[in-house]
Amino acid sequence: MISRRDFLQVSMAASALYGASGFGNWARLAAQQALTQDDLLSFDTFGNVSLIHVTDIHAQLKPIFFREPSVNLGVGDNRGAVPHITGADFRRLYGIADGSPSHYALSSGDFDALARSYGRVGGMDRVATVVNAIRADRPDALLLDGGDTWHGSLTCYETQGQDMVNVMNALKPDAMTFHWEFTLGSDRVAELVESLPFAALGQNIFDAEWDEPTELFKPYEFFERGGVKIAVIGQAFPYMPIANPRWMFPEYSFGIREENMAAMVDEVRAQGAELVVVLSHNGFDVDKKMAGRVPGIDVILSGHTHDALPEPVQVGQTFIIASGSNGKFVSRVDLDVRDGRMMGIRHKLIPIFSDVIAPDADMAALIDAQRAPFADRLSEVIGRTESLLYRRGNFNGTWDDLICDALLSEREAEIALSPGVRWGPSVLSGQDITREDIWGVTSMTYGEAYRTEMTGEFLHVVLEDVADNLFNPDPYYQQGGDMVRTGGIGYRIDVTKPQGERISNMTLLRTGEPIDAARNYVVAGWASVNEGTEGPQIWDVVENHIRKLGTVTLAPNTSVELIEG
Amino acid sequence: MTFSRREVLALGLGAAALTVLPAGAHAATSDELIAAFTGGAPMAETGVTITAPEIAENGNTVPIEVAAPGAVSIMVLATGNPVPPVATFNFGPLAAEQMAATRIRLMRTQDLVAVAKMADGSFARATANVKVTIGGCGG
Repeated sequence: MISRRDFLQVSMAASALYGASGFGNWARLAAQQALTQDDLLSFDTFGNVSLIHVTDIHAQLKPIFFREPSVNLGVGDNRGAVPHITGADFRRLYGIADGSPSHYALSSGDFDALARSYGRVGGMDRVATVVNAIRADRPDALLLDGGDTWHGSLTCYETQGQDMVNVMNALKPDAMTFHWEFTLGSDRVAELVESLPFAALGQNIFDAEWDEPTELFKPYEFFERGGVKIAVIGQAFPYMPIANPRWMFPEYSFGIREENMAAMVDEVRAQGAELVVVLSHNGFDVDKKMAGRVPGIDVILSGHTHDALPEPVQVGQTFIIASGSNGKFVSRVDLDVRDGRMMGIRHKLIPIFSDVIAPDADMAALIDAQRAPFADRLSEVIGRTESLLYRRGNFNGTWDDLICDALLSEREAEIALSPGVRWGPSVLSGQDITREDIWGVTSMTYGEAYRTEMTGEFLHVVLEDVADNLFNPDPYYQQGGDMVRTGGIGYRIDVTKPQGERISNMTLLRTGEPIDAARNYVVAGWASVNEGTEGPQIWDVVENHIRKLGTVTLAPNTSVELIEG
Repeated sequence: MTFSRREVLALGLGAAALTVLPAGAHAATSDELIAAFTGGAPMAETGVTITAPEIAENGNTVPIEVAAPGAVSIMVLATGNPVPPVATFNFGPLAAEQMAATRIRLMRTQDLVAVAKMADGSFARATANVKVTIGGCGG
């Protein structure tokens, strides 16, 4: 985090850094409890270059509710550092008043109540209004999409990403990088990427056979804006073949490839880049580490871990921007670039309050056209919930509890496992649950709900393995998901311990007995990365379960005992 | 028999020769193998680099690259494999650069060690931790 004082103290080259975050205005607005579109968009245009960052939209074309996490633990050097600060602590850190719009948009706590005051967030028609307004200030602003765009809804699944491509093309981005897009399969990815009227970037997307850069994805693209030569380097999600099914895109290899990133920065600088921007899907802590090890990057537009931060985080001379997820925010970053280097930065994380920002009419019509063929399926009411349904957080959210319950019941299992993905909008208590809502938290191209047997020992290995993806103290070994969600079992986790020692006290909740390492348990789960996984689609499993329940009520989940050290 | 392009290039460097050690002879420990290679001489912490993924995409075929400018020989060990020796790359005087790349199989999460013997008889060492994971559940 950068305080105003730090901004004043930082100097780059000869002139002092002029940057200031837009956050001060926000805090005042928060106190006034009043918001207008003009307030949300107000920004004193600064310098000579503007970047617009959207990321991790997860195919949310329409406004949604999205609860930010209440548990988001940092480990190692990132313990207690943003974005690993939540709720009231987060609000105190940034001077956000309780109950204010920024409380609602940026932090957890009283979500169910505040959502009723402030309404839904996001919607690509509102995003279009914001992008157009920024372009009215700065016609040559660069619009950069951090990826996870072509995944996450019924319409995106059914059109294999075409709905999102059509909508994003209308928004006219200048470049994009990738993650879940690859789960459309490499043939479809190639087909869509070849159709894009903008740059598809990833310095770390390599040909798996030759271990060389691919032809389809360029490492970087140059832009001339405001008289400045700008290089945008792409960084796709490094662990796609590990976190997602490798068999769906066997031609590609990824990885962090820090050495190649450093080489690309040197290469673009040698070609005269005055500003180097990395459009990243690394995840925030990985970006922080990379910023500290690869010199010469001015701005990292960070995606993947879905963090929304109202101010840039500075590492050395690099500024990291975290722009949230699900269409909930747009970041505007104005830069003063002179004499071949960045002299100042001004930033604003613009929350897309859907009741405050007017939808762009053309975009609204385009979105409705994408959804029209599926309108009846999307809107069908499956049930109703008495509990707030949300996912985001290091451990089970209520949506996950409901999904695990569905797996236990519909698949007749003792134990359920559900992936710790960070996407998926929320549903407020007292609301109907539509089919669109269910797809919003389950849609994927490998959604088969398997039923298998695992020994207690293997279950322990699974929990340890996933925990290390999240709590390894070295960010380069973190994959950016949350902990696997469990149903039917409880456990204790000490996040400060090394792999193999974090998980203990595994208990079968049905009987209260300890998990027996040698015994086989019937386990149901979904989103297996293994080829040939069989079972009904998870959205059908969840839909059947909700239909039978009629009304969903979830008790607080106390199955995970957390030790933070 | 198939060669990857990188292996062909490594062989094509003319003077460079690739020695792939036979697996399963007997499992000497990594420390014993290093001691045998260096004769117990001290090893510098710089001078040799290993480039390997932090997390293996497929533990059965992990691309690695070792480089040590000025080396005559680089030994690579997978310390967590049942049989640690991976390969020893020897570079003749005509080798344009002392670099080699190959793919190796890693049984589990472990450290790779590269020990380079320099032309002046000194040694250098580098390690890289490669994680082998069951995967899934990415955000």
